[in-house]
Amino acid sequence: MNFIESIGSVVTTTYKHSVGVLSLLCDTLLWLVTGPFKRKFPKREGISEQMVFAGIQSFIIVFFVAFFTGIVIAMQSAYQLNKFGATIYVAAMVSVSMARELGPVLTALVVAGRVGAAITAELGSMKVSEQIEALETMALNPVRFLVVPRFLALIVMLPCLTVLSDIIGVLGGYLVGVYNLGLNPSRYIDFSFNFMMWKDVSTGLIKSFTFGVIISIIGCYMGLNTKGGAEGVGRSTTVSVVTSFVLIILFDCILTGVFYFSNM
Amino acid sequence: MEKREPVIKVTDLKKKFGDRQILNGINIDIYKGEIFVIMGGSGCGKSTLLRHLIGAIKPDEGSISLLGKEIAGLNEDEMDFIKKKIGMSYQGSALFDSMTVGENVSLPLREHTKLDQNVINIMVKMKLELVGLRGFENLMPSQLSGGMKKRVGIARAFAMDPEIVFYDEPTAGLDPIVTAVMDKLIIDLSRALSVTSVVVTHDMNSVFRIADRIAMLYEGRVVEIGTREEIKNSKNPYVQQFVSGSPDGPIKFFQQKDDYLETLTA
Repeated sequence: MNFIESIGSVVTTTYKHSVGVLSLLCDTLLWLVTGPFKRKFPKREGISEQMVFAGIQSFIIVFFVAFFTGIVIAMQSAYQLNKFGATIYVAAMVSVSMARELGPVLTALVVAGRVGAAITAELGSMKVSEQIEALETMALNPVRFLVVPRFLALIVMLPCLTVLSDIIGVLGGYLVGVYNLGLNPSRYIDFSFNFMMWKDVSTGLIKSFTFGVIISIIGCYMGLNTKGGAEGVGRSTTVSVVTSFVLIILFDCILTGVFYFSNM
Repeated sequence: MEKREPVIKVTDLKKKFGDRQILNGINIDIYKGEIFVIMGGSGCGKSTLLRHLIGAIKPDEGSISLLGKEIAGLNEDEMDFIKKKIGMSYQGSALFDSMTVGENVSLPLREHTKLDQNVINIMVKMKLELVGLRGFENLMPSQLSGGMKKRVGIARAFAMDPEIVFYDEPTAGLDPIVTAVMDKLIIDLSRALSVTSVVVTHDMNSVFRIADRIAMLYEGRVVEIGTREEIKNSKNPYVQQFVSGSPDGPIKFFQQKDDYLETLTA
């Protein structure tokens, strides 16, 4: 294959997958809207099972990531702010950057690695062992039965995890601020929350909601389109995680741009 | 056999995957209550035909009618209605491995009916009794042997009291005794519940034990269709070769010798 041909094949497969992902997204949204009227909404147990897996069981790892990130930002910003004698602004630095940027993005990356990979591996092995086809033969739509519960679980639980990670990040910063920089604890808390505006939190939550959509839809799409046995499951899991990571950063950039230029 | 409306009617079915013509004009009528076997070698298109019959693949040309309804023109709800009246037992059993045996069998009942959980539990016990696995409800599929998994798959296929049941290679990979048990099970279920059974297989012993009628597929065409005796005594060289399992005959597995030199030197 020559150079031009390989560019061409990359473009056509990217186009094909983009169309596939978008149509899966539309299908999922359609089931969410029409499902309750057709009495074909996924069972509550199915959704709560996914929420426990995606949300509650991800908490520990999100806790550690957010906690250490809070500590790191506090130390890094103290290193700079010390020069101006403005170490109290460490508090604002940590809280605002956690809420606007690091909370949503790092939580999404951790969840993409943990939950997105698990979704693709599970649906992928269901696909290669004919379980997806068996569902269809039983008149159970795989989108309604498998994708909708995972989609709902992630768009609800990822913002929840993000709020928790914001708080934990502030806690990590607090430890550095109070025990290392010797700042007054109540002043530190005041500074943290006076500088963190509602719009900082809300833009962060809009981001994490978008990331939830990305992780669940990419994870399910790659799983449902797995081909070629155990090797295929491995391949689509890798592609799923890598694609989610890239799209999370890409949409983070786009959304930050939108918020920046619209002064949010 | 008296003339009846067929429950499955396939007319001039054609399907291409890429450049390969997999099905090339299939005509089959299957009648109520019979055990119909579709046999043929690997790659002859029998699995593709089966996937057409359950509505998993759409035909390029030709028509398929199930239970009197032409399935090409059906919307999703109408197709779901048909699908609730058919059951399918998969080659690899296709049990949901995140669910117990009982949950696997009860899934269609829980999703499609408003039956009380107690009633469903009783029905699950009855379906498992049919395949001789009562008391296995709480095991996971990973704790079962291959033959047991297939029997659970059959119990699941019968969960909704279907009118047609499809079996994809029901005896592949089973030992001779389990194969015989499986054959007896297919016959008993189809007689006792008067369901129509469509079995795809290449296991000749099994074919002659269970079949009412047999269709032999080769290169996407039906080469012969008939009762057990008709197939056994067929003069058709393709059928003879397949039935006797001989390596020489009209069905070629190797390329011609003159090709061979060309492929080597190309």
